[in-house]
Amino acid sequence: MRQIITFLILYLSSFSYLNALIKVDITRGNLDPLPIAVSPLHVENNSEKLEKIDIKKLGINISAIIEKNFKSTGLFNPLKKEAFVQKPDIAHLKPRFEDWRLIKAQALITGKLSVKNNKLKVEFRLWDLTASKEMIALSFTTTPTNWRRVAHIISDKIYERLTGEAGYFDTRIIYVAESGPKNQRVKKLAIMDQDGAKTKYLTLGNELVLTPRFNPSNQMVTYLSYFRNLPRVYLLDIETGKQEVVGNFPGMTFAPRFSPDGKKIIMSFAKDGNSDIFTMDMETRVVERITEHSSIDTSPSYSPDGKYICFNSDRSGLQQIYVMKSDGTNVKRITFGNGIYGTPVWSPRGDLIAFTKVRKGRFYIGVMRSDGTGERLLTENFYQEAPSWSPNGRVLVFYRETKSGPQGKGFSAKLWSIDITGYNERKIKTETDASDPSWSSLLSK
Amino acid sequence: MNFNKNLRNIFLILFATLALSACSTAKKSQTSGDVYTGTETVEYLASGVKDRVFFATNKSSLTSASRETLRKQATFLRKNKKLNVTVEGHADERGTREYNLALGERRANAVKDYLMTYGISGKRISVISYGKERPVNSESTPLAWSQNRRSVTVKVK
Repeated sequence: MRQIITFLILYLSSFSYLNALIKVDITRGNLDPLPIAVSPLHVENNSEKLEKIDIKKLGINISAIIEKNFKSTGLFNPLKKEAFVQKPDIAHLKPRFEDWRLIKAQALITGKLSVKNNKLKVEFRLWDLTASKEMIALSFTTTPTNWRRVAHIISDKIYERLTGEAGYFDTRIIYVAESGPKNQRVKKLAIMDQDGAKTKYLTLGNELVLTPRFNPSNQMVTYLSYFRNLPRVYLLDIETGKQEVVGNFPGMTFAPRFSPDGKKIIMSFAKDGNSDIFTMDMETRVVERITEHSSIDTSPSYSPDGKYICFNSDRSGLQQIYVMKSDGTNVKRITFGNGIYGTPVWSPRGDLIAFTKVRKGRFYIGVMRSDGTGERLLTENFYQEAPSWSPNGRVLVFYRETKSGPQGKGFSAKLWSIDITGYNERKIKTETDASDPSWSSLLSK
Repeated sequence: MNFNKNLRNIFLILFATLALSACSTAKKSQTSGDVYTGTETVEYLASGVKDRVFFATNKSSLTSASRETLRKQATFLRKNKKLNVTVEGHADERGTREYNLALGERRANAVKDYLMTYGISGKRISVISYGKERPVNSESTPLAWSQNRRSVTVKVK
């Protein structure tokens, strides 16, 4: 049964983008984050009571999620509520701008919510305190259990209004949850909200699973499973839990990823010691060979328009990144720097390729233009790899492993994120150790 | 007095240097290039028949020691005609996961190919790559990594 999530979004008032209002520049590392006040949402007194959700606290809980989202961007500085100067319901009607300016806030978020006929209605406004103007006003109606998503959608709308770019808060991350000793790790597929909430485990850990990746509609996942000790690419329906092997290949298939239209899975197939890249059409089941070379060709990733593929090959002797047309012609090597390069992933904006670089025993996550120029290394560590893009192409999530002592003591694997500016590196909290993250696209488009 | 003290210091330094170099040669003797040559982690398919061979970083070529081990494995397999084996290919933790999967597969096949040139049917040998997923030594040291870059021949029960 697929859960149907509907959001009714209403624009409460018209506004103009032409007004010279506050704008946050996200193309640079922001060392001076914008002070923002997130007022708790006012809960209407006539709201119905619900069994599992404390409606009275919902206003505070939603504003707390919005604050956490903004803080995690490094672009905003949510101010302490103790300093707030107006009651939520009154501020929502019309803030006293000069009073909010006194606490040095530049933007204010207000809102109210109510529950009627088992429907949650949330309304919010974003105010520019310097220009004394309303910037955006929206209202949502949905089922009350969706309240966390409401908070994320509001965050996305505000982020978009203030930065001019789409947000990435109403998203999920699929990853591999790890436990147990290093030489016999138990690995399970796990999925969570972008902020680490609502973790759900999708496999039991009976077999080794690696490298899960979403399809464009975020309902399916392709991954590598060692089910019955036969490493093959699988497909999993997240809602139904139905799993199936992708194609009947006479050997290991691995490194799967969806094409941007979701119709194909591109992957490596290893035979007699040689790995080449193949695609499989999910509807017709037609298999197509893309590369034919005696070297290792792996980690393929499509450009967002589907016209090109970047991949990893050691045909020059060591791992380097190559780009080719999606039919396998016009293969061009794009990395020539010192060190070896792996895990290329094309940005959803199309402009950049993120990668892992290994040089002098250190691991770097970096980005470069799709012709290989403009290489920028964002973070260096003992071991880290496998970047995955936020849907707006501004943030990368990846995993990092620590150096371990005898018997693997001190070993850990965690998810981290970093802005492509190289600023704002953060550990993402997970219930267990974690690796191989894949970021979904926006759930509500 | 002062001279004596200096002399003693020099002896101490000399002693320390000797001890250190002894240490490093002891470590070094377990690898050649960066291929593991020791037997610490090795198990045996039969008396005198080692179950595994080791590889250099990012390489899948067989050393002369590896070929000797595999010739013994081939002799053992010729004597035990009903026995099938799986060759597991492994990589160390110092590479990206997906490339390591391919590298492990390439290493396992290098072993399979060599066994086949000594008359063992390919039908008796299956291969599987574990990439960096199943280290035999969990420590993050060059010695551990050299022990993990391996292909292990396992009897199929």
